[in-house]
Amino acid sequence: MTGRIIRIAGPVVEADRMRGALMYEVVHVGGGALIGEVIGLSEDVATIQVYEDTTGLAPGEPVERTGAPLSVELGPGLLGMVYDGIQRPLQVIREEMGVFIVRGASFPALDRKRTYIFTPEAAPGAAATPGTVIGTVQEGRFTHSVLIPHGMEGTIASVAGAGEYTVTEEIATILSTDGKELPVTMLRRWPVRVTRPVAEKLKPGAPLITGQRVIDSFFPIVKGGTAAVPGPFGAGKTVVQHQLAKWSDADIIVYVGCGERGNELADVLRQFPALTDPKSGEPLMERTVLIGNTSNMPVAAREASVYTGITIAEYYRDMGYDVALMADSTSRWAEAMREISGRLEEMPGEHGYPAYLASRLACFYERAGHVRVLGPSGKAGSVSVIGAVSPPGGDFSEPVTQNTLRVVRVFWALDADLAHERHFPAVNWLTSYSLYPDAVERWWNEHVGDQWGEMRRSMMAILQKESELEEIVQLVGPDVLPEDDKLSLHIAEYIRESFLVQYAFDPVDTFCAPDKQYMMMQLITDYACYGKAAVAGGMQVSVIAALSVAKRLLRLGAIPDADFREYFEETERRMKDAFQNPGGEST
Amino acid sequence: MTSPAREYTSVVRVAGPLMAVSGVGDATYGEVVEIRLPDGEKRMGEVLESRSDLAIVQVFGGTQALDTEITSVRFTGYPMRMVVSPDIIGRVFDGSGAPTDGGGPVIPGTVMDIAGSAVNPTARAYPEDCIETGISAIDGMNTLVRGQKLPIFSGAGLPHSMLAAQIARQARVLRDHEEFAIVFGAMGITNEDAQFFLDEFGDTGALEHAVLFINRADDPAIERIITPRLALTTAEYLAFDRGMHVLVILQDITSYCEALREVSAARDEVPARRGYPGYMYTDLASIFERAGRIYGRDGSITQLPIISMPDDDITHPVPDLTGYITEGQIVLSRDLHRRGIYPPIDVLPSLSRLMAGGIGENKTRKDHGAVSDQLYAAYAKGRRLESLVTVIGDEGLSESDRRYLTFATRFEREYIGQGRAGGRTITESLDAAWDLLSLFPEEELNRIPTDLIETYRGGESE
Ligand SMILES: Nc1ncnc2c1ncn2[C@@H]1O[C@H](COP(=O)(O)OP(=O)(O)O)[C@@H](O)[C@H]1O
Ligand SMILES: [Mg+2]
Repeated sequence: MTGRIIRIAGPVVEADRMRGALMYEVVHVGGGALIGEVIGLSEDVATIQVYEDTTGLAPGEPVERTGAPLSVELGPGLLGMVYDGIQRPLQVIREEMGVFIVRGASFPALDRKRTYIFTPEAAPGAAATPGTVIGTVQEGRFTHSVLIPHGMEGTIASVAGAGEYTVTEEIATILSTDGKELPVTMLRRWPVRVTRPVAEKLKPGAPLITGQRVIDSFFPIVKGGTAAVPGPFGAGKTVVQHQLAKWSDADIIVYVGCGERGNELADVLRQFPALTDPKSGEPLMERTVLIGNTSNMPVAAREASVYTGITIAEYYRDMGYDVALMADSTSRWAEAMREISGRLEEMPGEHGYPAYLASRLACFYERAGHVRVLGPSGKAGSVSVIGAVSPPGGDFSEPVTQNTLRVVRVFWALDADLAHERHFPAVNWLTSYSLYPDAVERWWNEHVGDQWGEMRRSMMAILQKESELEEIVQLVGPDVLPEDDKLSLHIAEYIRESFLVQYAFDPVDTFCAPDKQYMMMQLITDYACYGKAAVAGGMQVSVIAALSVAKRLLRLGAIPDADFREYFEETERRMKDAFQNPGGEST
Repeated sequence: MTSPAREYTSVVRVAGPLMAVSGVGDATYGEVVEIRLPDGEKRMGEVLESRSDLAIVQVFGGTQALDTEITSVRFTGYPMRMVVSPDIIGRVFDGSGAPTDGGGPVIPGTVMDIAGSAVNPTARAYPEDCIETGISAIDGMNTLVRGQKLPIFSGAGLPHSMLAAQIARQARVLRDHEEFAIVFGAMGITNEDAQFFLDEFGDTGALEHAVLFINRADDPAIERIITPRLALTTAEYLAFDRGMHVLVILQDITSYCEALREVSAARDEVPARRGYPGYMYTDLASIFERAGRIYGRDGSITQLPIISMPDDDITHPVPDLTGYITEGQIVLSRDLHRRGIYPPIDVLPSLSRLMAGGIGENKTRKDHGAVSDQLYAAYAKGRRLESLVTVIGDEGLSESDRRYLTFATRFEREYIGQGRAGGRTITESLDAAWDLLSLFPEEELNRIPTDLIETYRGGESE
């Protein structure tokens, strides 16, 4: 099982005497046992991508096969961890090896010494099918179900009693259909490039509430949905991803920092332990798994990082949780593919990307979904995937953006011009879209109010109108517009400035609850309605704009959720008065 | 794996900046080689690819006058390293680390691998100490913090050198007097530019705190691949071993990238955009990510790289990839420069991503963030109206529109165009902003919370 290096070119190494090696098998490269993966085979020569810096490797050094594909460890203890692209625990590496990353670090992803209190649930003799709950352990505030692993079928022979166990201790044995007795531990492995199976895919469910108005109310995503956030540098991709990781109402967050800045991970690590999940009141870090393979870390491990992330997401989904995965940025993943492909001297496709770019992207996003999990529980769970895309020069016609758009159902197009004027989130309201609003509208009708769909459509229509009118203004100036068009421009400004602008760093406005979003929409659409009637009755838009109640609509975001209903009612009342009796309003 | 030094005379191919040496079975990837030319001259090189029977080497001094007969190549067994010691401060080197100031070699101290190692992201301390540069467009709206990498995007003929030197001269951390140093790494800069920095550092006494690595325009282009790494290795030593706060100026990253492109072309690699290699993002990250702070270490590295945008095009791969890695950018504008505004910073595309953590109550002032957002919104609107006016004239404009036009003009002249001399404190920059914002009635200052308007707005609106 030992090969020999014959060529080293950056992260790609070739070795001979490798006949029998498997595609995607993990190998240990060189005397320092660097971790690598077989990505090509030709006769007895294997091409290997190495997950660590290859400086210092020489031809002739050994390559050891492991016989296993690149896999992650799954079990209790993943939450709160920070891993590199191949699931090495970065905090442990720091404690053991210092602040700079050195090569050849080898520490298990899950702590072998830590114990968990196990509560058995299955009884010996019961049927064992994949997904059957053997028992549970408490992982922070989450009930972590220990399931019969995929590929095991038969009857449960024994189950450990209630008590404390480490992840490697046996907690059950299964008598397989072919008569073998198989030990089961809490720890298991799963090959990252293989989708974990489910019973069935379900239709899109409830919205993933993010507390970001432009998302929830204009371009919503659902639990189990897919979204892409493309934008030039500085447009706000990372802030959107961080906002979703902080505030979205998923149970568990997997955040993949894929080829981006070290300080952005430091930022998450600085903020998350101190912030609380609005749903549970517990520290955000306790529901989060961070995968950080920053831009200066080895490029092959960057390529693996998104797979590591999504496999962990699927693992928690299989227990019936709603998991959301953010990948910032999928373009860096695609570039890692391109870099490796270039070293392999493969025939390049568009912009030098390998021809399989589209299929890799599609397969990745296909791992999202709202599903019924395997096993007798019949539970639903979901993985939502939100991928940032970093198009070169901000040009959305490039291959990564285009191939992503073919598979995702929500598109939040970030716009440099909006970012430059500090309109954040810089989501362009004309080009962005969501293919989920119908599914989501039912939820709003049931949970918040039945005007959501209508208000949303009318607000979006006003913005559309604004952009048409702006073209006219560009040609002939603003003063020739009739009053009702001027009113549209006036309302559009309120929609943009009061509703769509939402600063992430504002302690109140960083998260906006659905009912507050709804009331804000109501205030603006009611104002538009009154205004329309008033204009029809001969009132000038400049007079409407000068009403003192109009100013009450300016800083809606800054009013805390708790005070909002009162503010809303008072404003509605004043609005009614002002429009019924325009002269009587004190300004 | 360090193998003992081995010497070969089997150069079989020389092309562009690369040569191939046959019969070398055990060259290690990234290993340094010493090349002796037929005339006795020595050059350095590095193994880019190693095979069982062949090593491909990039030659830092350039390949002119190499041959395939006499030229000998010694494989040293080590990756590229340099010697650092406290003694390095005040010294001037060429782009490959040879002293050019008449002093001898650096007194042996620590030997460091110039490629550096990635900082474990969990060991990074988030940068949040604001640096006052005295420049309103930066301090007020694009605040620099210690440990940030903030490039200047510029164009040919724009005063980026002057601005970088001014920042180096004026930079000061609020409430702090710790040891600092400046490391200057120049790649392909003109003799005049080099002299400008030497004079500037000499005149202000900064040279005593500075280390300079200068690869000039007529020095070998390929050497530019190592120059920034020498500079950053020095910076890491000073910051993380000696506890100093180091400001690194790298000029010009575009020349560096051209050297990368040359190597890539010589290897017949599939290019990404405009002939630049597909791994340029990763390569640039290996430079820019060497900025920052580390838990448990006193020092910091702040980077101020200068990027010249060919044809003033911000979408060119070099500024584009840079912007995706750095923590913002300061963009210079030819239009403002033509109109005599100094510093000609176009704030709209400029950004400091670390600003939010470095400003506000207890750091600078409570109104800082909101004032900046409002300046951005108002200036953007003023600029939009300016372009409208050039098409349709200003007849149809409302009173409010006219205020924005006045604001934009005054903002460029008074706030941005503060001139060359001296600087403003952060408080002065914020007060100057309120002077301009007082043009607007309160309801148009909708990016600023009302309580801050009450506290900080001095003048009355007309
Ligand atoms: N929602 C937001 N609220 C406030 N500021 C924002 C918001 N989104 C982006 N920004 C500003 O824009 C900067 C760049 O955003 P970032 O997400 O890092 O961009 P990208 O990832 O697209 O390069 C941030 O540092 C912040 O100053
Ligand atoms: Mg980003």
